[in-house]
Amino acid sequence: MIGSRLGRLFSVAVLLGLLAACGPGTGSSTSGGKHLHVIATWAGDEQASFKAMVKPWEDRTGNKVDYEASRDLNALLTTRVQAGTPPDLAGLPGPGQMAEFAKAGKLVNLDGVVDMTAMNDQYGQNWVKLGTVGGHLVGIFIKTSIKGLIYYDPKTISSTGVDFTTPPKTYDELSADVNKIQQKTGKTPWCIGVESGAASGWPGTDWIKDFFLRQAGPAKYEQWGAGQEPWNSPEMKTAWQSFGAVVNSSKLTYGGKNYVLSTNFATAFDPMFQSTPGCYLHHQASFITSFFTHDFPNLKPVDDFTFFGFPDINPQYSGAQVVAGDLFGMFKDSPEARDLIKYLTTAQAQQIWVKRGGAVSPNKKVDLSAYPDPLSKQSAQLLLAANPPEFDAGDLQTNAMQTAFFAGVVSYISNPGSLDSILNDLEKKRNGG
Amino acid sequence: MSVAPVAAPTAAPTPLVVERGEPRRPFTLGSLPLHLVLILLTVIWVVPTLGLLVSSFRPGFLTARTGWWTAFAPPFQFTLQNYRDVLDSYNLLGSFINSLTIAIPATVIPIAIAAFAAYAFAWMKFPARNILFLALIGLLAVPLQVTLIPVLSMFKNFGLNGSFLGIWLAHTGYGLPFSIYLLRNFFGALPNDLFESAAIDGAGPLTMFFRLVLPLSVPALASLAIFQFLWTWNDLLVALVYLGGDPAVAPMTVTIANLVNSLGQGYELLTAAAFLSMALPLVVFLALQRYFVRGMTAGAVKG
Amino acid sequence: MDIVRITFLLGAVIGVPAVLVAYIVGADRLIRLLPARLQPAFRPWVWVGPALILVGLFLVYPVVATLWISVLSTDGHQFVGLGNYATVLGDNSVLIAIRNNIYWLVLYTGLVLVFGLILAVLADRVPYEGPVKSLIFMPMAISFVAAGVIWKFMYSYQPAIATQTGTLNAVVTSVFRQQPIAWLIDHRTNNLALIIAAAWIWTGFAMVITSAALKGIPGELLEAARVDGATETQVFFRMIIPLLAPTLTVIGTTLVIFALKAFDIVYVMTNGNYDTDVMARRMYGELFNYGFRVGRASAIAVLLLIAVIPVLIFNLRRFQFQESIR
Repeated sequence: MIGSRLGRLFSVAVLLGLLAACGPGTGSSTSGGKHLHVIATWAGDEQASFKAMVKPWEDRTGNKVDYEASRDLNALLTTRVQAGTPPDLAGLPGPGQMAEFAKAGKLVNLDGVVDMTAMNDQYGQNWVKLGTVGGHLVGIFIKTSIKGLIYYDPKTISSTGVDFTTPPKTYDELSADVNKIQQKTGKTPWCIGVESGAASGWPGTDWIKDFFLRQAGPAKYEQWGAGQEPWNSPEMKTAWQSFGAVVNSSKLTYGGKNYVLSTNFATAFDPMFQSTPGCYLHHQASFITSFFTHDFPNLKPVDDFTFFGFPDINPQYSGAQVVAGDLFGMFKDSPEARDLIKYLTTAQAQQIWVKRGGAVSPNKKVDLSAYPDPLSKQSAQLLLAANPPEFDAGDLQTNAMQTAFFAGVVSYISNPGSLDSILNDLEKKRNGG
Repeated sequence: MSVAPVAAPTAAPTPLVVERGEPRRPFTLGSLPLHLVLILLTVIWVVPTLGLLVSSFRPGFLTARTGWWTAFAPPFQFTLQNYRDVLDSYNLLGSFINSLTIAIPATVIPIAIAAFAAYAFAWMKFPARNILFLALIGLLAVPLQVTLIPVLSMFKNFGLNGSFLGIWLAHTGYGLPFSIYLLRNFFGALPNDLFESAAIDGAGPLTMFFRLVLPLSVPALASLAIFQFLWTWNDLLVALVYLGGDPAVAPMTVTIANLVNSLGQGYELLTAAAFLSMALPLVVFLALQRYFVRGMTAGAVKG
Repeated sequence: MDIVRITFLLGAVIGVPAVLVAYIVGADRLIRLLPARLQPAFRPWVWVGPALILVGLFLVYPVVATLWISVLSTDGHQFVGLGNYATVLGDNSVLIAIRNNIYWLVLYTGLVLVFGLILAVLADRVPYEGPVKSLIFMPMAISFVAAGVIWKFMYSYQPAIATQTGTLNAVVTSVFRQQPIAWLIDHRTNNLALIIAAAWIWTGFAMVITSAALKGIPGELLEAARVDGATETQVFFRMIIPLLAPTLTVIGTTLVIFALKAFDIVYVMTNGNYDTDVMARRMYGELFNYGFRVGRASAIAVLLLIAVIPVLIFNLRRFQFQESIR
């Protein structure tokens, strides 16, 4: 039936088959160092910056970083952790989610990995505390940003009859300026875009955080971050409505809700820099500058774009700023992973991204001259001087709550009349519904 | 893959191909409207893909602000930069290899297993044969979402999550009902006398299978192979859940799905990436569409 | 390239089937040791064994297990009876997903069947039928992810004051002189927009099968009717359609199952937002976005299964019918 030559070929084939049965699973390390699997939300230019940040480490140790990008970081990490295939290092969606992972024992304690004295010295208590759960350091900051900055093009703003060289001190002043712009030019002053894949809605939540902090104060804001502020409280509703007054007005916001909902945050500002501007103001965090220059490579900071901080509302709470950062944690312990995460906290590593733009480092040892332009230096100074620096309240909450927050904003923009039911649903979720 | 069976249109399995040999029908409708409508529909069908193809050769800032059709008017600013960027930075070549690593075994293994089983269902008598086959038909309809969680736990217990072996087994399990159904139909349509004369000559089932059935079944096996290959190559959910997105193992579908989610800027990269992911299936399809089409129509062709 | 990986790949592609063959041959040798009378009793089981085991592991066991998990609590440790179903069915967003699946069931199946039929009939009468079929069938070769990207571009929206970048909106504004439509966001259009993207892919499938069935209709039958004075419309509706009915039913059941399982398109294009969610996508969300709620995810999966049962029964009946006249 089967000739002996075939039979021999056959046996080889069978052997191959058995090999397959006990072969390696995932692509394991080839010669030349260990491959570390790292997941974070950065793509495009940000991804390039991260790769530049780890390159000196790769060169020094001969290991390699396999980077995977996903904006749906929450889902991805949950999947992998549940499936037993976590990455080595990963970005953490926020201190809230970080705490959940830490409590479930999925994160490796970093107290013994990084030099804690140096950490406290270079980063200051606030930032170290943010990465600490149950007394142990589990998260370190790759970069941070200051939120609630209002960007504008100084060249185009002059034609609107408004002068921001002395920025508005209160939100009422800003509103008056915004109305002036609208009346003088007939165009919509604001450009807003909230699309972001699975995290769509987050830019809108930034507005709400800025309002809530300045209207209700740091104490209530911190309660909110800790998940103890009811979502349907009057103060919370006021904050949402203040945002609604801007985004739901077709006179004030470019393109109306259709534009806001379908345009990705990374290109939403485009009309601001076009030859005939479609809008004049853009509310975002400090990292957005690298996105400006991606879409419009000829833009120069200060000349073509600059910012002022979100103005005060209640004078009592003046000086408070919302800050945010990209936390990193270690899911799989190994000497190489430890080395990498230690490296990432050093001023040298932090400086690499800072130099490329779009990043602010909370590490005090990073030389301010490393910032590529006066604008980013200004953001850094703002961040270091924030009093108090309030971490992004959304990031402080659990993943499920934050997802609901984002989705709530999307619903609100879609359907402004449904604010009460949106807030009530959020409150139900907060109570475990 | 849980797809309902697509048996030949007539009641008994038709052994002959029906693509040629029928007299050309007369143009009984007013010809011009017929042609217009048909051509219009075809153009409409092609436009979306064409739009993507053209966009992939345009620089990003143009794609963001102007429609792809403006690329045909001067100034012509075509570029290969998108393809270069996407291949360099996004591990697309690696994903391509991963896709191959997933799809090829996930095609070969189920067909091998299905062939033996189909033969048994077609030409061997054993108790519960019909009930078992009925059960297989039933399983064709099961949405694979219903199997996700238990299989995920099963894999976790055996350390198969994130491994190629796991996904090969999963695709095999999911693809068996359809494969067995198709092959069993085909094998069953082979004439009885073939087997009778072979039996008289003293051939056992093994000989009959390897020397008789397999060579005659090449078209059906080919159709099935193409179908299964395309299915596993284009799959997203199974890879997403069981394999994950570790760049070392992620296939192209997962990589691109990640890109869609994370690239706000950079839609131009997405166009190039999507096109690269379509390249191989399109080639396979164009080269072998005859078989693919036959497969869809029950693959009952005499060799 | 990894030497290890290549060996592994070769091992799987060549080795596994080889092992399978070895298993069959080896088992056969053993079976031949039995008396001839008993051989046919054992042999079939050897042949269907591997298939049955794999199907059992990946289809049968998981379905049963999912049924069980769906009556356990969210973390999977307590028995809660129909509690998960109550929560799930009481959740408005899930009801919306169910409503959307019904849209898919009706519109997607309808669109594909109708266009498949029209295209098959039209193409049948032209000499360039081959290329037409290939072009319309081509989208079947691409992944739903790639299709999602393609159609995201098609549906691109810019405000009325800007130039349009999406094909559809360009047509809407220039040819029809209307305001651009945010296809994926506007509740009036978004479900249909997603369905159209999916239909674009699968119409080729319907067309090809319908075409083959069409050619199976004896030409003389139709000619005789025409000679008897029947108009084209009558021939179409009174003869062609009834003769195609079995084929259309088969295609229809495939489409119905697909409509219930739709995931990729929705996941990639809207991620279920703006009231476009579907059950399969929602199940994924319950698992991976909302904190691995296995109880609820399983309940959704079981609902999907229940929805599919009519099709299942239909398939079984049809198969039995075919067998009985074999």
